[in-house]
Amino acid sequence: MKPAAFEYCRPDSLAEALALLSEYGDEAAVLAGGLSLGPLLNMRMARPEVVIDINRLADLARIERDGEVLRLGALVRQADVLASAECQDLVPLLVAALGHVGHYQTRDRGTLAGSAAHADPSAEVPLCLKTLAGAVELTSERQVRRVPADDFFQGTLTTARADDEMITALLWPTDRGRQGFAFEEVSERRGDFAIVAAAAWAERHDYDEGYRYGLGLGGVEEWSLVSRGGGRRAPEDLAEFADEVIAGVTEDIEPMRDQRASAAYRRHLADHLGRKVLLRALETALGEVQS
Amino acid sequence: MGDRADSWVGRAVPRLEDAALLTGNARFIDDLSPLPGIRHVALLRSPHPHARILGIDAEAARAMPGVVGVVTGAELREHLNPLASAVRAPMAYYPIAIDKVRYAGEPVALVAAEDRYLAEDAAEAIEVDYQPLDAVVDPLAALATEAPVLHEEAGGNLVHHRQFAYGDPEAAFAEAAEVVRLAWRYPRQSATPMETYGAIAHFEAAPERYTVWSNFQGPFILQPLMARALGIGGNQLRLIAAAHSGGSFGIKQGLYPYLVLLAAASRLLGCPLKWVEDRLEHLSASSSAADRADEIEAAFDGEGHLTGLRFDNLVNVGAYVRAPEPASVYRMHAAANGCYRVRHIAIQNRLVTTNKLPIGLNRGYGGPQFYFGLERAMDLAARRLAIDPAEIRRRNFLAADGFPYEGPAGAIYDSGDYGKGLEMLLEIADYPTLRARRDAARAEGRLFGIGLAAGVEPSGSNMAYVTLAQTPEEREKAGGRSGGVACASVAMDPSGTVTVHLDSTPAGQGHATVAAQIVADALGLRPEQIQVDTAMDTGSGAWSLASGNYSNRFAAIVVGAIAESAGRIAGKLKAVAAELLEVAADDVELAEGRARIAGVPEQGIALGRVAAATHWHPAGLPDGMAPGLYDTALLNPAVLDAPDGADRVASAVTFGFLCDLVALEVERATGRLRIERYASVHDVGRVLNPIVVEGQVRGGFAHGFGAAMFEELAYDQDGNFLSGSFADYLCPTSADLPPLEFANYETASPQNPFGSKGMGDGSSMLTPVVLANAVADALDLDEVELPLSLDRVWRLANPETDGR
Repeated sequence: MKPAAFEYCRPDSLAEALALLSEYGDEAAVLAGGLSLGPLLNMRMARPEVVIDINRLADLARIERDGEVLRLGALVRQADVLASAECQDLVPLLVAALGHVGHYQTRDRGTLAGSAAHADPSAEVPLCLKTLAGAVELTSERQVRRVPADDFFQGTLTTARADDEMITALLWPTDRGRQGFAFEEVSERRGDFAIVAAAAWAERHDYDEGYRYGLGLGGVEEWSLVSRGGGRRAPEDLAEFADEVIAGVTEDIEPMRDQRASAAYRRHLADHLGRKVLLRALETALGEVQS
Repeated sequence: MGDRADSWVGRAVPRLEDAALLTGNARFIDDLSPLPGIRHVALLRSPHPHARILGIDAEAARAMPGVVGVVTGAELREHLNPLASAVRAPMAYYPIAIDKVRYAGEPVALVAAEDRYLAEDAAEAIEVDYQPLDAVVDPLAALATEAPVLHEEAGGNLVHHRQFAYGDPEAAFAEAAEVVRLAWRYPRQSATPMETYGAIAHFEAAPERYTVWSNFQGPFILQPLMARALGIGGNQLRLIAAAHSGGSFGIKQGLYPYLVLLAAASRLLGCPLKWVEDRLEHLSASSSAADRADEIEAAFDGEGHLTGLRFDNLVNVGAYVRAPEPASVYRMHAAANGCYRVRHIAIQNRLVTTNKLPIGLNRGYGGPQFYFGLERAMDLAARRLAIDPAEIRRRNFLAADGFPYEGPAGAIYDSGDYGKGLEMLLEIADYPTLRARRDAARAEGRLFGIGLAAGVEPSGSNMAYVTLAQTPEEREKAGGRSGGVACASVAMDPSGTVTVHLDSTPAGQGHATVAAQIVADALGLRPEQIQVDTAMDTGSGAWSLASGNYSNRFAAIVVGAIAESAGRIAGKLKAVAAELLEVAADDVELAEGRARIAGVPEQGIALGRVAAATHWHPAGLPDGMAPGLYDTALLNPAVLDAPDGADRVASAVTFGFLCDLVALEVERATGRLRIERYASVHDVGRVLNPIVVEGQVRGGFAHGFGAAMFEELAYDQDGNFLSGSFADYLCPTSADLPPLEFANYETASPQNPFGSKGMGDGSSMLTPVVLANAVADALDLDEVELPLSLDRVWRLANPETDGR
């Protein structure tokens, strides 16, 4: 369990980091928190020629609001978000999810962008980013582009990042889920990857009687199942509405099966947790309309 | 030792080990660099569960920078004898594959290089030509005639088979009012210490000898076995155990084949070699508890009295029978009646080889598997007979006034009062309230269950119990075997300070603290004034076959050796002081660092002066007294006799008792278990140090809880190993453990001067079955298996699911 030999580079500027990425392409690996990359290196499942340690790029550690978007730089740690009142206020769904990610010790090191880059199908951060319709900021020497999460995550451990690109930030919409949100997951132990995770948010428009919602299910299939929608009038019967949404999301799914959980159990959890979180989000946001 | 208010023994003395551990000053095997020129080893391991080795090409690896050499099984075979075991089936076990690999992870080649990185690079460059063979991992499947055979020379995979009958089990079952029967699979688990295996081996040509530093924990009965494998005399193999070990729980027993491998390779390569196992290696190829496919039948009369037991034990021993196996299935054999009065017992033991890693010592050693059957059967009988599970146990307990008690299979139970323990447990857990809560929850359609379990904890093993694997005739021919010798040395140097040497190779339990308490009492000192050296060295310290750290032998046996040795030092100090004080030796007491006249505490002399007299002025000592103050005690508990002609054996010195109760609710929608209450009551005899006792109980509980809920060393049907990291092999973290309500009471053991009993395994033995009992109660089921994973419990709670 010792890594194969690699060059270690620790650039002092983003430009330097991007130049290295441009030079080495798919022979390079970016090191932020190292929680995914470290084990992959030690088990020789990743054998990059160069490891680019971005931990000196202090600009990437910023949490900043940019209009309707909260921009979380590539070096923002999970613990930073949990400790941030601004994040709690603007992206409460993410904050709720991060409590399920690892443990105190690992959250001090693990970054959100690292989780997005690794793209595990049961990871919490990608699930939330997709459910909230966030985006990923990819930077290369060629360009800076913003890729919607729906397009960024392409499958298990597969993303839209080009070899010369680096994730420089995750972009979180701040106008979603501030009225109603819920996150639940089932895992064998605290802090494990979820067997199934469910995230939901709901909003009532402040200008008319319309509403929006989002529901995401992680760990069920190769990539998160997401449903987002809305309407001009809140549904009469929230439970019935939730059932319809769930039925739409889980129709025709073929859940994964592994050592931990069968397809039948995942299917059941998708249904059970999905209904639970969506209903809670809807009731919080729209319950008032009902009464 | 009666007056405990006056003694250090029994008090919550803070652990003397902790300062070094908490400040990073403890030195573990990986910290040691005892000589220059050490090269680092990586082992190339088989990716196949079963394959013939057609050839190994290591030329490219040998030519790589920094590589000292590569050694294969074929080369090592010239220098090694097979490692022996108590099983007579003809099958050779070498520490490295010779012409065939039999489990995924088996060593195939050893690479030595300037550092571990280069060694791993070179290991990748070795090309092995394998001819894959069909594999078998299931113990029942391995018995089938068409199953792939691991050791052709053994003629099949069944490598050991014995049947035993004590009393008249046939009659007991014929006359029974109720017979309960259970068959189940018990999964494979491992204790997963924080520190993995590690060793440094050094061969010297002149004089010809091997020195091996490691975190091997014994039993040192394996030392002569290693010497035989290396083809040398015992005095040419010096084993040194590091003073600190990052946990063992038994598993570091399984390190010994690697010590032989490294020693032989050191000779071939001409340099000292160091190998520190990584976690993947540890999980896939160190050692583990046995998975089993067992059956039990229990006969009861109409009042719930247990009248007969039949055990059918099928042990999946893995790819090889590694000594001291088949001990795991014989550990509980002599106490197969558990804590009950039943006299009629039949036992069938079978060992089967499969393409899994070989089994060995692991916390509880055979106990968790044994109690899973017996205590599931007790709960099931209670349900069938409509007797409360607490009451059915109460009716069957050994009588409190019947100790010492000889069990039908030979165990001699030293002391106990099991009914008292159960009553304490029911009170602590508030059993009536829990039962009422269960009724209320069930009325609401919720799944609430209560589990109970009780058992004895045999400690301080008889080295001869494993010879039950042989017939009485075979034993007769092999010569007598018995005992469990412990060694301890106490020395007072010329300055009057004390050093103690132990043969108990502790792995964090706190032996040094308790030894210091004992010696401090004997010599009138304070525990922190005593230095306890726990670094075992077979070249310089006293040791015997039973030396080592296993079967909770410290508090059962070793404490007696320490007391005996310290007592002799005290006697000599008193004799010398009596001369100096001009009183009779009987009038001298040792207290507060002085030898003084009893009743006249102001008249005395410092111990340092007395000690100095024995070193500086031997001519002035009383006639016939030897100089110096150095004593070694080798002590054997008299109760540990050889097995008799009827296969009965006093397998252990002390028998602690414990009983556990858990109340839980099964969440029907997710399969999650919500533990409402977990209580555990222990009788460990007289408590030597309550801090140490509570630590052991909590640790054993954590191991048992992990085993019950999450842990399994899993293989797929083709023999591929699925649990190679802590992301796959799930140990509980502190966040996963429910609160444990712990209490203890004391029935003094007559087996040592302190009345203490061995302890530390008990909770790991009962926690798995008590959780299974509670789930069975909650779901109204007969059959429950481990681990109680979410998916499994959800299926059990929702039997209508189609199970896709």
